[in-house]
Amino acid sequence: MPAAPTTTALELANVSCTFVSKDDPGQRYTAVRDVNLSVGAGEFVSVVGPTGCGKSTLLNVAAGLLAPSTGEVTVFGQSLVGLNRRAGYMFQAESLMPWRTARQNVMAGLEFRGVDDAGAQADEWLKRVGLGGFGDRYPHQLSGGMRKRVSLAQTLVLDPDIILMDEPFSALDIQTRQLMENEVLALWAEKKKAVLFITHDLDEAIAMSDRVVCLSAGPGSHPIGEFAIDLARPRDVAEVRVTPRFVELHEAIWSVLREEVLKGYQQQLAA
Amino acid sequence: MKHLRLWQAGLLIAIFVLWHVITKPGLIPPFVFENDQQAAFFFGEPLKIFSRIGAWFFTNADIYQHLWVTLLETVLAFGIGTALGLGFGLWLALSPLAAAIADPYIKAANSMPRVILAPIFAVWFGLGIASKVALGVTLVFFIVFFNVYQGVKEVSPVVLANARMLGASQRQLLRHVYLPSATSWVFSSLHTSVGLAFVGAVVGEYLGSSRGVGYLILQAEGAFDINTVMAGILVLTAFALLLDGAVGRIEKRLMKWQPKSGETEKL
Repeated sequence: MPAAPTTTALELANVSCTFVSKDDPGQRYTAVRDVNLSVGAGEFVSVVGPTGCGKSTLLNVAAGLLAPSTGEVTVFGQSLVGLNRRAGYMFQAESLMPWRTARQNVMAGLEFRGVDDAGAQADEWLKRVGLGGFGDRYPHQLSGGMRKRVSLAQTLVLDPDIILMDEPFSALDIQTRQLMENEVLALWAEKKKAVLFITHDLDEAIAMSDRVVCLSAGPGSHPIGEFAIDLARPRDVAEVRVTPRFVELHEAIWSVLREEVLKGYQQQLAA
Repeated sequence: MKHLRLWQAGLLIAIFVLWHVITKPGLIPPFVFENDQQAAFFFGEPLKIFSRIGAWFFTNADIYQHLWVTLLETVLAFGIGTALGLGFGLWLALSPLAAAIADPYIKAANSMPRVILAPIFAVWFGLGIASKVALGVTLVFFIVFFNVYQGVKEVSPVVLANARMLGASQRQLLRHVYLPSATSWVFSSLHTSVGLAFVGAVVGEYLGSSRGVGYLILQAEGAFDINTVMAGILVLTAFALLLDGAVGRIEKRLMKWQPKSGETEKL
């Protein structure tokens, strides 16, 4: 069992997000409704849900990139206004600056903050993610997996208290993906930061997290189930998948999620 | 790529040979005009044009002051127009309200036939360099402006959000995200702008000046000296190509982060 978190790093209280179409103000879409979600300091929480259920919306709200229509976000007990300065965000899409080399990309955040030894820290982090010799490559000269590593280093070099990850590995092949998942787990175990991890992959969610939150299908998605993952750590994401407890948890969560996934799928077919 | 250059040079020579054959009096019987002098009168003769250029640069060496003036006007118009276009483009792209207010005026100013302004500039700024630079600036400005504006609008929202999450301030966003992202657009516009800066300078000189290659061409036209007119055009074209090449070199240096297709190397 994971130790009960002593402080709450991130809390979303009654958060709803309604988008209004710019061309036709009558058109509204409520992506998420009345979401309550909290991540303790040092806790690894995954959010799973059907496609298009507003998972990324929740993450943007947590990052402060998107202001919720109603509700409140609290970061270490303080109400969030503007950007969440204590959070690092790893995006799903390509987010590296294409005009900077891998090293310069990792350095970017430190440079913005005016840190002196930005170069040395960037080099160290590049080595940690296994890209020691690739610092002077531009993003287009790196493979998809390498770019994700650079993104990871770029986020973690700033040592954020909260790490937000939006399906960071969804574009990777299964081998690279498991490697990266293990790397992230190792890095997390070292620093024990609060992680809010978004994925559509239930296996990934269970293998990595302390807690898995299921979202309903959109519109107006909200949490419909929460599961504590009591698998022993340290875990190897490939090996843990074949343990009986993993299969049990998978079955339990999937029974809650299945209907929502089908609902989401039907909606997409109808649209 | 040696062969490519060879073919290009061959085509150039072929054009001049054809030109020579058609216009040289007495070489072939006239087939459009009534006598063999007329083709040369209307189209000039390559050999005379080259000897004219040779005289300008070497024997008389009297083109340099004119060329210097024209190039100075071009470079000034290019520099000022680009700087203004960059500044206004960034400003309007980043402040939607200003952009919304200015929108109809920018469209109007852009669709206005701005060459018509040349005489007005001559009245405002006199017959010296300033009026030609002003004309060139109006031509260059809009090209750069629209491209910068577009470039800033096309910044990837994810890259932007990422930079913000990494803690970039507004200034840092401008310097590290908007500007680099807009540069690729700016460079594509600079190639067009170099040519237009030349147009501004030469047209300005043509309409009223006492120096410059445009002035030389105007003088020659007054005397029906078609060879000198052609020689002037050739010299201007060559220098426009040189300037364009310089822009290309700078672009190559600054844009080395851009993906190029086929980077494999045969060993």
